Amino acid sequence: MHPVLRTALQRMGLSLLTLFLVSVIIFSSLAMLPGGFAETVLGQSATPETIAAFNHALGLDRPAYIRYFEWVAHALQGDFGYSYAGVGGSVKRSVADVIAPRLYNTFFLAIMTAIVAVPLALFLGVLTALYRNGWFDRIVNATTLTTIAMPEFFVAYVLMVLFAIKYRWFYSLSTIDPSTPFWEHVYRAVLPAVTLMLVTVAYMMRMTRAAIINLLASPHIEMARLKGISPAMIILRHALPNAWGPIVTVIAFSLAYLVVGVVVVEVVFVYPGIGQLMVDAVSSRDVPVVQGCTLIFAVTYIVLNLIADVIGVVTNPRLLHPK
Amino acid sequence: MTAGHPKSPRARRGRFAAVRRELSKAPLSAWFAMIVIAIYAFCAIFAPLIAPHGEAEIVGKGYMPGGWHADFLLGTDQIGRDIFSRLIYGARNTIGVALVATIISFFIGIAVGVLAALNRGWFDQVMSRIADALLAMPALIFALMLLAIFGKGMLNLIVILALLDATRVFRLSRAAAMNVVVMDFVEAARLRGEGTGWIVFKEIIPNILAPLVTEFGLRFCFVFLTISALSFLGVGIQPPTADWGSMVAENKSLITYGNLTPLYAAGAIVLLTVAVNFLVDWLLYRTSGLRDEQ
Amino acid sequence: MKDKHLSTLVSQGKKGSLSRRQFMQGALALGLTVPSAIALWTTQVKAATPKKGGTFRAGVGDANTTDTLDPGQALGLFAIQAPHIWGTYLTEVTPDNKIGPDSAESWEATPDAKTWRFKLQKGQEFHNGKSLTSDDVVASINHHLSADSKSGAKGLLADVEAVKTDGSDVVVITMKVGTADLPAIVADYHLPIMPSDGSGKVDATSGIGAGPYKLVSFQPGVQASFTRNDKYHRETYFDEIQLLGINDVTARMNSLVSGLVDAIDRPDPKVLDMLKSAPNIVIDEVPSGTQVTLDMDCSAAPFNDLDVRLALKYALDRRAVLEKIALGYGTLGNDHPIASNILYYAQLEQREYDPDKARFHLKKAGAENLAVSLSLSDAVYESGVDIGNIYQQSAQKAGIKIDVVNEPTDSYWSNVWGKKPFAGGNYGQRMTPDMVFSTFFRKGADWNVTRWDNDRFQKLLLEAKGELDEQKRAAMYKEMQQLCRDDGGTIVAFFQSFLTARSDRVQHQANMSSEWQLDGGRAYHRWWFAD
Repeated sequence: MHPVLRTALQRMGLSLLTLFLVSVIIFSSLAMLPGGFAETVLGQSATPETIAAFNHALGLDRPAYIRYFEWVAHALQGDFGYSYAGVGGSVKRSVADVIAPRLYNTFFLAIMTAIVAVPLALFLGVLTALYRNGWFDRIVNATTLTTIAMPEFFVAYVLMVLFAIKYRWFYSLSTIDPSTPFWEHVYRAVLPAVTLMLVTVAYMMRMTRAAIINLLASPHIEMARLKGISPAMIILRHALPNAWGPIVTVIAFSLAYLVVGVVVVEVVFVYPGIGQLMVDAVSSRDVPVVQGCTLIFAVTYIVLNLIADVIGVVTNPRLLHPK
Repeated sequence: MTAGHPKSPRARRGRFAAVRRELSKAPLSAWFAMIVIAIYAFCAIFAPLIAPHGEAEIVGKGYMPGGWHADFLLGTDQIGRDIFSRLIYGARNTIGVALVATIISFFIGIAVGVLAALNRGWFDQVMSRIADALLAMPALIFALMLLAIFGKGMLNLIVILALLDATRVFRLSRAAAMNVVVMDFVEAARLRGEGTGWIVFKEIIPNILAPLVTEFGLRFCFVFLTISALSFLGVGIQPPTADWGSMVAENKSLITYGNLTPLYAAGAIVLLTVAVNFLVDWLLYRTSGLRDEQ
Repeated sequence: MKDKHLSTLVSQGKKGSLSRRQFMQGALALGLTVPSAIALWTTQVKAATPKKGGTFRAGVGDANTTDTLDPGQALGLFAIQAPHIWGTYLTEVTPDNKIGPDSAESWEATPDAKTWRFKLQKGQEFHNGKSLTSDDVVASINHHLSADSKSGAKGLLADVEAVKTDGSDVVVITMKVGTADLPAIVADYHLPIMPSDGSGKVDATSGIGAGPYKLVSFQPGVQASFTRNDKYHRETYFDEIQLLGINDVTARMNSLVSGLVDAIDRPDPKVLDMLKSAPNIVIDEVPSGTQVTLDMDCSAAPFNDLDVRLALKYALDRRAVLEKIALGYGTLGNDHPIASNILYYAQLEQREYDPDKARFHLKKAGAENLAVSLSLSDAVYESGVDIGNIYQQSAQKAGIKIDVVNEPTDSYWSNVWGKKPFAGGNYGQRMTPDMVFSTFFRKGADWNVTRWDNDRFQKLLLEAKGELDEQKRAAMYKEMQQLCRDDGGTIVAFFQSFLTARSDRVQHQANMSSEWQLDGGRAYHRWWFAD
């Protein structure tokens, strides 16, 4: 069997196992959370009867294992159930309907960020590896470490104060709705995207640099150097192609982070993405929504890693053409 | 998802003997890093002796300005506690929590990772799947849920952060150790009849140290940031304990009004991050074999 | 003296009883220069004359992606504001915190206060064109009462026996016990009037009501927008309303400063002074009845001894707590649950911090060297544990040792509150004394965490509930407040104030309802733009 195909199939099998584990972990930890949806929604006006009525309507009065298998069985058919919010009303919101618009917004922001951040990180990574330990390397290094070390909300507020309050170039609020035109969407998402860029570029760039430098000590690079090839050529022709595997892994990790690690940025800019939805759903114990979001994240993470693995095999001649 | 880490380990022995010689050749950035870390460590250890006021002691009115000749060097915070003192106590709490959490995560991660690499088979399979599943969960949200289940104490925070981080360390050390266990010298040691413990401590760990040290530098700093993000969402280290992440989160509103209060704690985090990573870079540079190159 | 004349002049101008010319003459006669008299006219008087037009954008925290339009499940400020925009209620809390008419124009009760007749204003119409009749009111209330109701108002309406119509414009509500407060109860945010579908049911998630603005769009946790309802039974000023959910307090304030919204709720008290100094920003502080308390279980030792309770009451430095914890944005507690903005509030002597009196009562109880542990958490109040630290220091001077236990925040209300004998509490405002007393002090009530058993109080509680004579009622409630203060198990540390901030383009009348933030959720039809 072709090694790429074999890797892909092997990984997919393992991924299904991982997904199953994720579903068990998320279901059981949600079951362990103190309080329930009825208690949170009713708050101080809860009475035992209303809570019982609520739990009955939500089907929470049945044993946990039955609810788990029901959920899995439905999820396998693509039905993630209904959000607990609005239960009993005329407007039932299916988890898919709740998640879909927000997922679109999240992907929008992630792609917008990645389009700039990934090439920039690669470019800086290669340059700093080339001029390692020179002044350029040190300045870029210190700068990226600084942006890494700043809490996200801090970066966000600084950008907001500068570009939304002092100079009113952008909005401090990124509220958008499905009717927002494309370029308006882009414009409103600029500040959150820049915040995320500052945070992710640093990590990706450092890992790229480390991967390349690590390869520079290997024998075939030594050989190239002895042949008198210029340092820039060595990096672009010899080191970079071999470093793709680890670099892509890091990029995949950063992209996965962009899909769900952006809660804080969403809160600050009031950007209606999936992170805020998850935090809300956890705190109000809206179990189906948390489960749906977690599965989506797990699938994203697994698919990105799968792609990274495949690229790792494709770009590695030793793995592509095993002896 | 065992794609390994960007770094592959390189065999390099007898490193500790050369420490003194290396130190004398250390570049400026490494010296800067070591001095900063020494000052931080000093502040953390002797906090009660250095700090002019108590950690949670209310000594003045809210938001009094600071200055060399003022009563409070960096002014006071929202309820009148001395910011300078809280920064110093913050060093103890922040570095303490981050260090303990990172050490636990590395201890667990490396132990399980190396064992998994040595004994492939069911142990490796089970551990890898668990680690993959935990990695595939959104970390911040999962931490939020675990804190809601087990309560928000400092101990819970440390354990939860350590366990979540251990999954990454596990993957990294497993991948690195896999490359080492197939090496000839490990084979040789096995044939000599050395025990597993000897092989792990004398052969494998020294040889996977380089990527682990790099990871340690970043992980250590990410713990502050995670705590800071959790504080932002209201579940970080609980007041009145001073820690830098929460201090930034508590005073975030001030940024809009050009007040520097949140900057002090953020600056403390940045300085430490830069220092730790400069040190790590230097260690990495020394062990990667590149020093012979120039 | 001059100031008093001037303010009379301004208030007359506001009411519209003076022309600009008359106002100028009066002001000049009082010695003002022409420019300052003009300035006064434009900023104070003219601004106070409501004008039509504009889109009012309000940034509100506590918006959740789980929010729905069902008023029975409204949780969080965003969800509580919304029904006040699209709906009408039978009654409303007026800007001076009295109960006034909304959809009902008048109401009357039988002498036993058991049967109430609400007469509806004629000619009201829902946004879907259906006219509002008594059937709709009955269906709306029954939505919360049915056996499988999931409404938060079920407990509030527990004493309702039946809701019936008497013709198309009269609703008759019969109560199991005399309830003089019913007009206030039906102003509760859960109870807007929704159109009946003809079979006695309502569609609670439709957002259709007869209120001042029609719902245009709603994204849970993000925003809701509304446009004026010309058929509304009162005057409205804004053309459109945008309600934006901005949960992060810093982002909320930044949006106000950068002009993206016109008003926000709950600015961060820590930076209020700095926000005030920003140009064109006005802060409104409205005292409320939301109380932060320390509750002693009167059935458990040592709190079953009145002298121990009094010693602990005298040992708390309430002024320090108000200043350090609430940053001054609140009013002092006086150990009874009725705040100054609530009906029938009785002005009793303020209980001050007095270590000597505390020692005296300790000695009387034979409990010198009293040591108690106090459970607190930040669930009680932001930096709520610090209340304990201040109490610890002030009680020490009275010889009382207080051990502050920092309880986990998440499980505080389920595992600590009502279970530990001495613990902190935080209770939202209720608009009448009966609602407060019945919730917290009625014998056997779920939330009676102090388990305080005072026969006189219980007797008064039942009598006052059905007493329609205002004066008799006031006297009863005064006595009950006195009993709480001098005998009860609750130490009221302070009452929180509602804070809102607005751009100075936005104007409102002199008073604001303290039922909720933003004029009791009615800023939308009561406020206007000055320009």
